[in-house]
Amino acid sequence: MYFGLSEDQIFFQDNVKKFLEDNAPLDVIRKIANEDDKTSKEDLHKGIITLGINNILIPEDNGGLGLDLLFATAVSQSLGEGLATLPFTGSYVMAPIAIKYGANEKQRNFYLNEMSNNNINFSIGFSEFFGSRNESELSFLKNKVNGKTFFVMDFDYATHIMVCDKDGQIGIISLESTGIEVVDLITVDKTRVFKEIIFKNTDIDILENTSSSKEAVDNAIDAGRIVIAADSLGASKAMLDKAIDYSRERKQFNRAIGSFQAVKHMCAEMAAELEPCYSILWHAAHSFDSGEKNKKIMACHAKSHIADISKMISKKATEVHGGMGFTDLLGLHYWFKRIGVNRQMLGSPEIIREEAAKSQSL
Amino acid sequence: MDLNFGKKYKDFTKEVKDFCKKYIAIHFIDSSKVPLSGSFKSGEIKMTRSDWQKILIEKGYFARSIPSEYGGYGGESDIIKSRIIAEEFAKSKIPPPMGGQGIDMLVPTLLELGTEEQKQKYIKPTLHGEIIWCQGYSEPNAGSDLASLQTKGELIDGNWVINGQKIWTSTAQYSQMMFCLVRTEPDASKHAGISYLLIPMDTPGIEIRPLVDMTLNAGFNEVFFTDVTIPENNIVGKRGEGWAVANATLSHERGSLSDPNAMMNRLNSLIDRMKKETINGEKVINNPVYRDKLMKIQGKVIAFQSNSLRVLSAKLNKNQDVKIAGMIQKLVGTELRHELEGFAIDIMGELGTLYENSPNIRDGGSWQIAYMYFLGLIIGGGTSQIQKNIISERGLGMPKEPKVQQGA
Ligand SMILES: Cc1cc2nc3c(=O)[nH]c(=O)nc-3n(C[C@H](O)[C@H](O)[C@H](O)COP(=O)(O)OP(=O)(O)OC[C@H]3O[C@@H](n4cnc5c(N)ncnc54)[C@H](O)[C@@H]3O)c2cc1C
Repeated sequence: MYFGLSEDQIFFQDNVKKFLEDNAPLDVIRKIANEDDKTSKEDLHKGIITLGINNILIPEDNGGLGLDLLFATAVSQSLGEGLATLPFTGSYVMAPIAIKYGANEKQRNFYLNEMSNNNINFSIGFSEFFGSRNESELSFLKNKVNGKTFFVMDFDYATHIMVCDKDGQIGIISLESTGIEVVDLITVDKTRVFKEIIFKNTDIDILENTSSSKEAVDNAIDAGRIVIAADSLGASKAMLDKAIDYSRERKQFNRAIGSFQAVKHMCAEMAAELEPCYSILWHAAHSFDSGEKNKKIMACHAKSHIADISKMISKKATEVHGGMGFTDLLGLHYWFKRIGVNRQMLGSPEIIREEAAKSQSL
Repeated sequence: MDLNFGKKYKDFTKEVKDFCKKYIAIHFIDSSKVPLSGSFKSGEIKMTRSDWQKILIEKGYFARSIPSEYGGYGGESDIIKSRIIAEEFAKSKIPPPMGGQGIDMLVPTLLELGTEEQKQKYIKPTLHGEIIWCQGYSEPNAGSDLASLQTKGELIDGNWVINGQKIWTSTAQYSQMMFCLVRTEPDASKHAGISYLLIPMDTPGIEIRPLVDMTLNAGFNEVFFTDVTIPENNIVGKRGEGWAVANATLSHERGSLSDPNAMMNRLNSLIDRMKKETINGEKVINNPVYRDKLMKIQGKVIAFQSNSLRVLSAKLNKNQDVKIAGMIQKLVGTELRHELEGFAIDIMGELGTLYENSPNIRDGGSWQIAYMYFLGLIIGGGTSQIQKNIISERGLGMPKEPKVQQGA
């Protein structure tokens, strides 16, 4: 029995972390966020691809690494910690999983092979399925798609878009097709890119098995939720570490603020809530990988629980920094905002908890 | 990640399951005053609690790794088996082995630091439930700051003569023995002047005054010592080493205050309750606000349970670092349990306030009792605030509180 990340997973995780520390310190992130620096962003993407993060979940037969979701989860922690301005959850986790479960053999081999060569990159728009808003309405008819999909993620290097309708049918659209309008969305989180996409009679390749089964969409969303939770966990860890470091250095009343009990207890509360988050996160990823009965419940709880804890940490860690925490200068807000956006992605906590209740027949 | 315990444990799990089935309808004929933790179904098979302890030891389901010469099963320590036993017992709701401060704290301490004679004399009857122990640490002026305790012990003619007072001593009124911290070296520094003594509770000069706690039971007591005289060798460790000996037991106590299996059982009982209760003709479980809150608590319980698996894993795999994950268990476990019990009261509304043998009471009033009991555990065994001091200073390495100048 071993509960935790394996040596390989830790090694991969550390590599990604180190890569980001070396290549994307905060000043680079800031430039990318302000859209002053397109080349750094592209270099970063090229570099991270050489580490293989795009290939984690692609089977070896299709040229991928054939690793599991726990690997992706471990990596995602580092991406959140390092504020990676990169696609991941949608392009490299949800897309291969949706294809694995939803595609027929021909589709599967085509897309997975092209993905592993980095010729195809997916952007993902699944909001229609788990929580559609006034803004969205999507309809598939034969091999055409019409309507709008809101809050499409991982558009950065997309060649294709994968969308899902309210019944869980998944289709793929090449960005070279006609009848596509891309609208830039601006969120508080400038480290990542989100779009709204409007289709007018656009060609769509529907993943064959998804017209009769929700397996593909369910698995893709469960996995996506776990991996987003990991991103928030990494971001929370970064914020807590910064709060502790700052509390040792900053002096008031002739002593380090970290020697004040009010400050200590804020940090202890953050740590006490954060530790079980690692546990539920890895447990959820493991349940997914081993196809356990309760995998959906675990994925839902990992996402919603970590969303709540990271929200708390993003507030308290900012408070520990005093006025400095509120400045743009320190950049703490990048993590704060990333946590804020992650919280809503693929479902806000209340929506997801209701899914957890339903999936245990309550 | 590998959550399988392997083939050997599959067979063992089946064996334990079968055992649980066989004894599902157990009923105790003696009413031990020390309550069993958790709830269980009572029924047809009649025996004393001590008999039950003996059966459990014989099977190796209790006192598994304690050598047989001291009354244990004499098996190898096997954390996974212990976990399986705890899980299966909790699931099937057969009575767990008796716990209490003697079994949970004193026995491990004696095994680690006691003399051969002490082990021979005390461990077996303690395991069998024949000697009940109480823990005499806290004093009126020494709670969180335990090392400032003042109860005095003097060595006179080969005997310890003890004078002073303890307080909050759980189960003292039913106990045969007390393990007690006493200041024996008045000239030594605060932590170096304490010894760990074993005191028979029927020694002349001991007066016990029960203290009624908020559940309206006398869960704890004041204990007064006037020239209480016990033999010199009733000491564990050397003179002045009592603080270290006590710290060995404190870590055992903190582990036992927040059992994730009991927590999961309680959560399931809460779900059952929410399915049964109605409000304005609608099932409580269908009320969206209550549902959401239930799911929130379930998420926390699963996170806590997963965390205890991670801590368990680090005991089996020595290179795993779970320092902080282990440190937070008492704080998170007791606070969460209190929250869970309190929420159960809320979903019942006015019904949730019923107590003792009131008409319409649900589950024997256990939700109110546990709601209060767990507040006691938040305070006892090192308060939540003290836990946070420990986590921040020892876990996160934050600067220590500046020492207050003497005389300031
Ligand atoms: C149900 C129950 C059973 C118990 N059973 C036993 C038993 O069997 N044997 C035994 O010896 N004792 C027992 N105790 C006593 C228990 O260990 C003490 O109550 C506990 O250690 C707190 O001490 P105190 O009551 O003196 O509170 P205090 O130490 O006076 O604390 C009062 C408040 O001040 C806070 N505080 C104190 N110091 C600090 C600090 N340094 N930093 C921040 N906050 C601080 C505390 O957190 C608390 O909120 C029991 C207590 C309870 C509630």
